[in-house]
Amino acid sequence: MAAGATPSQTVGPFFALGLCVRPRDELVDPGRADAIRLGGRVLDGAGDPVPDAMVEIWQADEDGGHRNGFGWGRCGTDADGRYEFVTVRPGGDGAPYATLLVFARGLLKPLMTRVYFPGEPANEADPLLSALTGAERAGLTADSAGGCYGFDIHLQGEQQTTFLAL
Amino acid sequence: MSPLAVGRVRDGAYGAVHPPYLHADYRSTRLRSPDRPLILLPEELHDPTGPVYGDGRLAESDADLTRQHDGEPVGERIIVSGTVRDRDGRPVPGSLIEIWQANAAGRYLHERDRHPAPLDPNFTGAGRVLTDADGRYRFVSIKPGAYPWRNHQNAWRPAHIHLSIFGRAFTERLVTQMYFPGDPLFPADPIFNSVRDPAARDRLISRLDWETTTAEWALGFRFDIVLGGSNSTPLEA
Ligand SMILES: [Fe+2]
Repeated sequence: MAAGATPSQTVGPFFALGLCVRPRDELVDPGRADAIRLGGRVLDGAGDPVPDAMVEIWQADEDGGHRNGFGWGRCGTDADGRYEFVTVRPGGDGAPYATLLVFARGLLKPLMTRVYFPGEPANEADPLLSALTGAERAGLTADSAGGCYGFDIHLQGEQQTTFLAL
Repeated sequence: MSPLAVGRVRDGAYGAVHPPYLHADYRSTRLRSPDRPLILLPEELHDPTGPVYGDGRLAESDADLTRQHDGEPVGERIIVSGTVRDRDGRPVPGSLIEIWQANAAGRYLHERDRHPAPLDPNFTGAGRVLTDADGRYRFVSIKPGAYPWRNHQNAWRPAHIHLSIFGRAFTERLVTQMYFPGDPLFPADPIFNSVRDPAARDRLISRLDWETTTAEWALGFRFDIVLGGSNSTPLEA
């Protein structure tokens, strides 16, 4: 029996009360040798930071699996629109990536995107990346500097992040 | 191997179950809605996995928002219950539901809430509950008050409880708001009315439930949740 789905509604401005009480931005111990930082800013169509957004991450572990339930995190943005996760580069076959969902006041349903890692040889053969234009590919790939991966999320405009339809 | 073809759409479920990203009556959507095409991920690239909970770290008071402090909060005590199902009608067991809401006066315990209504020292307004083996959940709270917001002149939100549900796949994540039957503020609320289909909008309204209403104690409201509504005919870009 197919039932009508429950519609999405915005998280509103006060979601931290229910969703950000327990910090969930460290998927692994920051002291781990293979720990990386993955983060950036959430920006609106005017280029202004979105200080009341929340980013959720879901990714495989270094072996490409979800051992012990690994792979989920959540981070509310700060006054500069910044979010950051401490995690590891996903392993396994194929190009590694993390899935992100963005929630915010003004978003009536989440926005979904993927973060791929720059300079990864497996990116060439990734079925999604191969099907995209160069600009769209760039909008799904992090910048890197040391163990830090930067991924700004532009909700709107010329620099809009490449979002996947939900 | 020939490259996969992906579709591009303006909005995933435009005009269907979920609200569009751009709903100009809700002012904050204007600069926060994507205006470039979204990529339609082909079915074979969908990730069926998602975070799972069930480790028993929840306390009993997590599901009773009236018992998190020394005294009882002010307001109408309510019991909210329902079943979480997937689109095929199958119950979704062991799914985490996170809840947050305003107090009976319409005020959130949040630093950015400037509504000059009293905070209640006995009410935080946050809770968590896991669905049981049959997909059912139940929590106790107080009925939240309506509150003003700055979307337009004399804007008021109908009373609502925010709910976040994990579901089975990450793409099944749902954040929604549960409303109360017969609220006179419905016609004037752009968030409620961002859902175009009246039947879908109606599914955001809980029902007074005599089965769970408890004599001399609390009114029961039923709110059933169906996950996975994104997969409808999208609008081409
Ligand atoms: Fe609210």
